[in-house]
Amino acid sequence: MVEAIDKPIILADALGKTVRSPTGDLTILDDISFLIRPSEAVAVVGVSGSGKSTLLSLLAGLDTPTRGRVLLDGVDLNLLDEDGRAALRASRIGFVFQNFQLLHSMTAMENVMLPLELAGRADAAGQAESILARVGLGERTGHYPNQLSGGEQQRVAIARAFVTRPRILFADEPTGNLDGTSGALVAGLLFSLRAEAGTTLMLVTHDMTLATRCDRRITLIAGRMQSAP
Amino acid sequence: MIARMFMLGLGNVRRDLRAGELTLILVAIVTAVAALSAVSLFVDRAERALVAQGNSLLAADLAVESANAIPETLAGEARQLGLATARTLSMRSVTQSGERLQLTELKAVGDGYPLRGSMTIADAPFGAAREVRGVPAPGTLWADARLLQSLEVNIGGTVTVGAIAVRVDKVLVLEPDRGGDFFSIAPRAVMNLADVAATRLVMPGSRVTHRLLVAGDPKAIATFRKHWQKLDDGGLKMLDVRDARPELRTALERADLFLGMAAMTAVIVAGVAIALAARRYAERHLDTAAIMRCLGATQATITGMLLTEMLLLASLASVAGAAVGYVAQHVLAETLSGFVGGDLPPPSLAAVAGAMLIGFIVLVGFALTPILSLKNVPPLRVLRRDLAPVPARSAVVYTAALLALLVVAPWQARDVALTIYLLGGCLLAIAALAIAAWLSVRTLGRLRRHVGVSWRYGLASVARRARTSSVQIVALGLGIMAMLLITLVHRDLIGGWQRKIPPGAPNQFVINIPPAEVGPLRAFLAGRRLHAGGVFPMIRGRLTAINGRPVQPSNYDDPRARRLVDREFNLSWAESLQPDNAVAAGRWWPRTAGGAPQFSVESGIAGTLGIRLGDELTYDIAGETITAPVTSLRDVQWDSFNVNFFVIAAPGLLEQMPATYITSFHLPAQERTALNELVRLFPGVTVIDVAAVMDQVRLIMDRVNLAVRFVFLFTLLAGALVLVAALQATQDERARESALLRSLGAARAIVARSLLAEFIVIGLVAGVLASSAAGLTAWLLAGHVFHVDYRINLWLWPIGTLAGVLGVGAFGLAGLRGALAEPPASVLRRIA
Repeated sequence: MVEAIDKPIILADALGKTVRSPTGDLTILDDISFLIRPSEAVAVVGVSGSGKSTLLSLLAGLDTPTRGRVLLDGVDLNLLDEDGRAALRASRIGFVFQNFQLLHSMTAMENVMLPLELAGRADAAGQAESILARVGLGERTGHYPNQLSGGEQQRVAIARAFVTRPRILFADEPTGNLDGTSGALVAGLLFSLRAEAGTTLMLVTHDMTLATRCDRRITLIAGRMQSAP
Repeated sequence: MIARMFMLGLGNVRRDLRAGELTLILVAIVTAVAALSAVSLFVDRAERALVAQGNSLLAADLAVESANAIPETLAGEARQLGLATARTLSMRSVTQSGERLQLTELKAVGDGYPLRGSMTIADAPFGAAREVRGVPAPGTLWADARLLQSLEVNIGGTVTVGAIAVRVDKVLVLEPDRGGDFFSIAPRAVMNLADVAATRLVMPGSRVTHRLLVAGDPKAIATFRKHWQKLDDGGLKMLDVRDARPELRTALERADLFLGMAAMTAVIVAGVAIALAARRYAERHLDTAAIMRCLGATQATITGMLLTEMLLLASLASVAGAAVGYVAQHVLAETLSGFVGGDLPPPSLAAVAGAMLIGFIVLVGFALTPILSLKNVPPLRVLRRDLAPVPARSAVVYTAALLALLVVAPWQARDVALTIYLLGGCLLAIAALAIAAWLSVRTLGRLRRHVGVSWRYGLASVARRARTSSVQIVALGLGIMAMLLITLVHRDLIGGWQRKIPPGAPNQFVINIPPAEVGPLRAFLAGRRLHAGGVFPMIRGRLTAINGRPVQPSNYDDPRARRLVDREFNLSWAESLQPDNAVAAGRWWPRTAGGAPQFSVESGIAGTLGIRLGDELTYDIAGETITAPVTSLRDVQWDSFNVNFFVIAAPGLLEQMPATYITSFHLPAQERTALNELVRLFPGVTVIDVAAVMDQVRLIMDRVNLAVRFVFLFTLLAGALVLVAALQATQDERARESALLRSLGAARAIVARSLLAEFIVIGLVAGVLASSAAGLTAWLLAGHVFHVDYRINLWLWPIGTLAGVLGVGAFGLAGLRGALAEPPASVLRRIA
């Protein structure tokens, strides 16, 4: 654990993202630097358009920065190609999205099995069944997403995110599409599973209640960091 | 790794099939393979049946011909292979009855003859003809009416053949393998092979033709042929149906073309349906691919998974398609058994396997590129739905499709010119349709200020989705074009073919007319209202040299070439070109040529004998040598049944040579007795009856017509699939927009009318453009491939346009009926 404490699991170093627009270059993120230690829970907050989701996409290797670099679990993402980043995601990262992002042709069980199958792990069915039971959906493993409520779909997504026991979990507004009760249930599961697995959590949210449950917050205003960690 | 991708692909196929995501693409492939296998199977069977029909003109499947007796070992080998054999011997000899002598084409036939077809005989000259099995009994002769008349002998009378006397038993009307030379000068008779030795006519050096006829299982025939080719010492010639009759060869080749066109049209339409279905599949799976990429799937994993899925799908669909095709062609064969003669050969497994393979090729060519573009979906799409993969470059998509067609088309169409014109026509049509569609979409968008609300919204939708609308119009246009080609155009092309043998086409040829009898014979025919064609001079000559080099049968490998130079040609002279001839190279002589010596040669025989434009040909005509250059090559439509010549001389070259004349006329069946009178009044002439051969060619035309009509059903189904696939491409978007409009307060009727307006516009533009493209393609095909007259059918436009408007309108609204009835909120939730 000594090594884990000394070595940041996520390091953003002078990150910037500029895109071309009809009116000229548009800087979405500028000079973002921070580090996150293993098992930490960090909330990224800010108003709409402040660059929260862009930051998450850069940290998770879903997109590439225009400037700066990201070290994920010690690996410089700039040095990897898309397939290399995909392999890194498969082995160390989990995701939870605002709109769940379940595959509609797959049952809850199949959705949860998918990351295990992609990683070529054995006993995908057993592990999926067990974690679905853990999120309270043990009786609904054969249901399709459209047969589940929003809260239930997000619980399947959480099960899918944690089934590979990822080192890092990126969550983008996980309760944004849910009513209060479902949102609270989902948030509870997210934090308890994270604690059980010792997963580092990077949470993008508008919800200050949720943000306060994290160890610390990074606030973005117009693409720049307001408060350094 | 591979096992994992296979398992992922397997799981995906199962899930996508269950979710209905693959229904359209599956049905498209099943239809394609069913169409292809039904076509391939039926075409294969029909072709073999046509060849078998043709074989009846050879009296065998294969004939081995020699100037010397054919060794018994050859016949023995054929029998060992399970083949039936029979022998014939033909010679020209003088027959005698009393004081009268006549040079006769004698054929002696052995037991079993004919192996294919049958002999036609009558009990009295020009009496009722009937087909018989069996051969003349030893000691008897079947003589044609012309011989009986010439020898002044009746049925039951005696004729001397060489050293023996035989009794005339029947009137010979037609024997199947009468041979390519209709215009042999002598009357014909058939006797039993067992009598030949006693006639003492066959001596060393006598000009006789021995034939060993062979028939039976095609594989055994092929084995026999191969073996024979090894043994060939140059003294043996092999003949199959294509050598039997030039006019039948033309008919068979044209039949090949029509069936090829039908098959290829089915391939193209099915391909378009598959491409559209694949495009929609790819669009609907963008999110799936993005999520998988986000969860760590590499491009290789996604590629492997998709490939597995497509291959599994193709296997499933190909098996199902082949099964449907097998049943379909069986139904066709049963339905048409009355027309097809009832003895269609059994379907071959090779044709089924071929169709399944074509199913794979078409799927790979049309579907793989758009589907594999899914591997390029950026994982960021999970956060930003507007992100889509860079679509596969159009050039790549079209090249893949074109390559698939280039592999499949020559296989299906079996003709280079047909492949080029049909593929070229389709490519041009795609380009023209795309440009015209884009322009139409732009122009129509501007009309919306002048129409009511429903139409305004409909036109606006077409214009806004300009790219998609154009793709839809191109796809629908291609579908409609294919359907028009296969219905109207096919009818017109077949009509053009059938018009070549109109009901009044000449079916009797009169040859050997002495110059002095030309006038009286014309008067005789005119008096009986028998319409005669032109009267042409005919001179017999042997080709002795090309460019001064002596011509010998041994100069040629091709048996047909050997046979051609081994016999006398019928030459003619003419001032002007006949209407069914077209100059393929060089120039026809002007009327004012001033007697410059020159020849015009039929292009087919020129190719066979290696004669080129400008070559000097030397003929021996009645002992005199005539030399002149070839100044033109002609394409001749042999199936027109007009009098035609391989070699024609310019006026002035042959006039001094001893000539007889030839003419043709149409004799209605009920007036056959006029022939008796004709031969009585003009004893020097020879009448040749080709009515039977014409019937044969007409029969082939009718069968081809029926077969193509059947194939049309599949093309129609594939066309309907194109329609559904093209409309489904924007169905989700239309449903979402309609739901939005309704949630904003638009009445369902207004929304439905605006959708209808959009469909009508798309159908209208597609229909008009498709009609024009079909007309142009047909015109090119008629002129350059089928060589038939074709007048642009003005019905193409109203029918094509109506088909487009009704088809798109009906299918389009039917596809959205559910969404229109569903509450808007539910639609928006479902499609979001």
